[in-house]
Amino acid sequence: MSTKIKINSQIFQDSNNVYYPKDEVEVSDLIRELYKKDSPTEIIGNNSKSFIGNKTQSANTTSLSKISGIIDYRPEELYIKVKACTPINEIEKVLSENSQELAFEPIDFGYIKDGKSNKGTIAGYLSCNYAGSRRFKVGSVRDHVLGFKGVNGKGDIIKSGGTVVKNVTGYDLSKLIAGSFGTLVALTEITLKVLPKKDSSKTVAIYPNNFEQIYDLFNKLSSSSSEISGAVFIPEQSNDKDFSGKRNTVFKFNDLKSNVSFVAFRVEGDKISIEEKINNLKKELKLNNSDISTLDVYQSEPFWEKINNLEVFEKTNHNLIRMVIPPANGSKLCKYLENNHNYFIDWCGSLFWIEVNSKKEEKIKDLKKMANDFGGYLTVIKTSSEYDYGEPIFTVDKVRLMISEKVKQSFDPKRILNPGKMYRGV
Amino acid sequence: MSELALPKIDNSILNRKIEIVKNLSKLTHKENVLSEADELRPYETDALSVYTQTPLAVVLPENTDEVSEILKYCHSENIKVVPRGAGTGLSGGALPLQDAILLGLGKFNKILEIDYENKCVVTQPGVTNLGITHAVQHKGFYYAPDPSSQLACSIGGNVAENSGGVHSLKYGTTTNNILGVQMVMMDGTICRFGGKSFDQEGYDLMGLICGSEGLLGVVTEVTVKILKTPEVVRAALIGFPSIKEGGDAASEIISSGIVPAGMEIMDKALIEATDNFSKAGYPRDAELLLIVELDGTKSEVNELIRKVEAICKKNNCSSLKLSNSEKERLSFWAGRKAAFPACGAMAPDYYCMDGSIPRGKLAEALLEIKKLSEKYELPVANCFHAGDGNLHPLIMFDGNDKEQLRKTEEFGSEILKTCVRLGGVITGEHGVGIEKRELMCEMFNDNDIQQQLSIKKSLDEKNLLNPGKVYPILRKCAEEGRVHVHKNKDKFPDLPRF
Repeated sequence: MSTKIKINSQIFQDSNNVYYPKDEVEVSDLIRELYKKDSPTEIIGNNSKSFIGNKTQSANTTSLSKISGIIDYRPEELYIKVKACTPINEIEKVLSENSQELAFEPIDFGYIKDGKSNKGTIAGYLSCNYAGSRRFKVGSVRDHVLGFKGVNGKGDIIKSGGTVVKNVTGYDLSKLIAGSFGTLVALTEITLKVLPKKDSSKTVAIYPNNFEQIYDLFNKLSSSSSEISGAVFIPEQSNDKDFSGKRNTVFKFNDLKSNVSFVAFRVEGDKISIEEKINNLKKELKLNNSDISTLDVYQSEPFWEKINNLEVFEKTNHNLIRMVIPPANGSKLCKYLENNHNYFIDWCGSLFWIEVNSKKEEKIKDLKKMANDFGGYLTVIKTSSEYDYGEPIFTVDKVRLMISEKVKQSFDPKRILNPGKMYRGV
Repeated sequence: MSELALPKIDNSILNRKIEIVKNLSKLTHKENVLSEADELRPYETDALSVYTQTPLAVVLPENTDEVSEILKYCHSENIKVVPRGAGTGLSGGALPLQDAILLGLGKFNKILEIDYENKCVVTQPGVTNLGITHAVQHKGFYYAPDPSSQLACSIGGNVAENSGGVHSLKYGTTTNNILGVQMVMMDGTICRFGGKSFDQEGYDLMGLICGSEGLLGVVTEVTVKILKTPEVVRAALIGFPSIKEGGDAASEIISSGIVPAGMEIMDKALIEATDNFSKAGYPRDAELLLIVELDGTKSEVNELIRKVEAICKKNNCSSLKLSNSEKERLSFWAGRKAAFPACGAMAPDYYCMDGSIPRGKLAEALLEIKKLSEKYELPVANCFHAGDGNLHPLIMFDGNDKEQLRKTEEFGSEILKTCVRLGGVITGEHGVGIEKRELMCEMFNDNDIQQQLSIKKSLDEKNLLNPGKVYPILRKCAEEGRVHVHKNKDKFPDLPRF
């Protein structure tokens, strides 16, 4: 007999027993019913990032994909209010028509999943809180959420925040929802801060000789008054032919030497100030024209798209790790990774994307220990088919786990929403 | 002001005062525990000085372990605790309770580490906001959030209130500028959220603590992000003949794609008050004054100034002055920063409100406030963080006149209700505290508030940490028919009400 529990409502259910509530009242009715019956549910949007996190142990699946559409967009107030599962593409399109954007640069996880672009929905983004290359300058997804509405694990419709940037009215639950992987509320409405798009951009590539030089560059770049909005390091991995082949294809640009290691930084703004900033930075970094390559806007924009699509790891079958550490420890980590794992560095030295080509989870354990020792953390974003989840895919300490359990309890006492998606017991 | 409902006083605690003081003295140096009437008097109010209350005792711990031991003791003995930083809060969030100890963090006044490589400063919570910038400015760095009380307010208090300042449109508020906190929970558990790296995974507990007004834990260490000082900063002082034209210009600056470092609006009443007070050279004929600050590289700032000038001229500005030196830029700000004392010089007392509204609703809000000022026969001056929609009307009154006090409170409450009606919120940066507690029902329904109370209960089960603040005392909300009460049974009988 199926473990499915029949829900006494008119909410549409497809042949795979997935529920599709179409508004917040239907979400509330559904969850209230599941709460009464003690029957947990997986919460999904467009399924673009559902491979991230643990498998949930639940009898039901609730798709919020029908809760989609723009509610209110006020370019002059710098906010957009949308239904939770509005596709990112749709939001970016309407913002672009008004020369605005989501400044946190949403990552397109579709490429690592199956090689196809799929940015998914804003609710999915908020639930993961994974920002792209501009993060170190503008903040993460959580810094761009002004408010939300959703349904907690008891079926109550709740809201927090509003449409204004300055707001200390009650606890800032928007922050708590960011990165909660759908374990606290089923989101129905999200208000985001939007920002003007910069007129233009240029990217400068430098070819360093050693790891100390890379981090010296990162440090000088992040200490400059001439603000940059992206800085990556793409290593040459000569011992892995597949990866270096892929790397050279992805970063094939007219003005870039793609077959050697390089640091690339982006400058955005109006054309005159871009030139001014690049000239200032050349002086501060003591760079000669012969040492560098400059990508114009037509190369610069696709370059950063490729970074934010994680295209070098397209369709990877291996474990893919996202590690964030304070940048001062970066060169030590680079030395460890060299010829050991394929990787690249983003966020001006703070974010490492690492491919762990190993069936043994020991390697991940080693990396996690390093992340902890360096004052950071790691998440296994994509697992290989052999991964047996012996090593938890998230990093959490005992005290934070205890508090997380309490917070979960306050939103979802019977653990109806995405149980176990992040941690056991949450 | 009017009589304030506070949590029921636990007489057994009052009766045990001598014993409690004795026990607390074992947990920190004896001289760090104050219990005599004359010692307690300086602590009986924060910057919302219309409310005063003497605490049971004041404890001034010196390190995190002492804070942990003190909280553990209070937790086991059911003693309420009110945490306080510098006591500059304007909403009464650190008002003592008669049966509670006041936990002062004043001795946590050291910067622990300056880490230029990771662009952060690790500091104790009692260090002032400006103290952090002072510690790093010789290397060309600064800490971005700049509440006007930055000379005196502590970074721990900034975390509790998620303080902003004039630069928060471009640089964000406290929550966007800190990387980690160390906190002690009411049961004494010491915890760390975040550190020197970005975006800790899992629940963003640091984000939850930021702006929680001392209800969820006592912050004992903060790691803040520092930024490089921009190459060029210039300000423009622009006068407008009407509120509408000035408000429209401010909206147009934002919608044209400019993100100013700061953008402030002052109305005629405040232009006159501040100019008399600080001789800032403001255009006295203007109905509305706009101060726009732009930062970046030299050519970036020049380009932005050109655009701002064009927009202001298009909206019929009556005067426009650009700062040509750092001294001149600071003189533009001198008047704005003296807004509060200037009002203080015009009336025996002033009451500062703090609502947020969508920027485009400014003219509507100011006209409504003008009408209310006539209705209550009380003068009001307005300043407005136009960049981020944060409005600070200053109501002038005489605190010795009971009737004026009552009217002032009603006037303030109506202003905040207007903010909510216009799509805004009841507090942008001063916090709810005790002052706006009962107005929470204007913004949130029963479910919203119950969810927040559940979080409070999950982290402070006995409701001992700063009780009576932020959330409405049920009685008042119920009287106003906003919380559903049926036959004296509330919907969630297992939840404490505070």
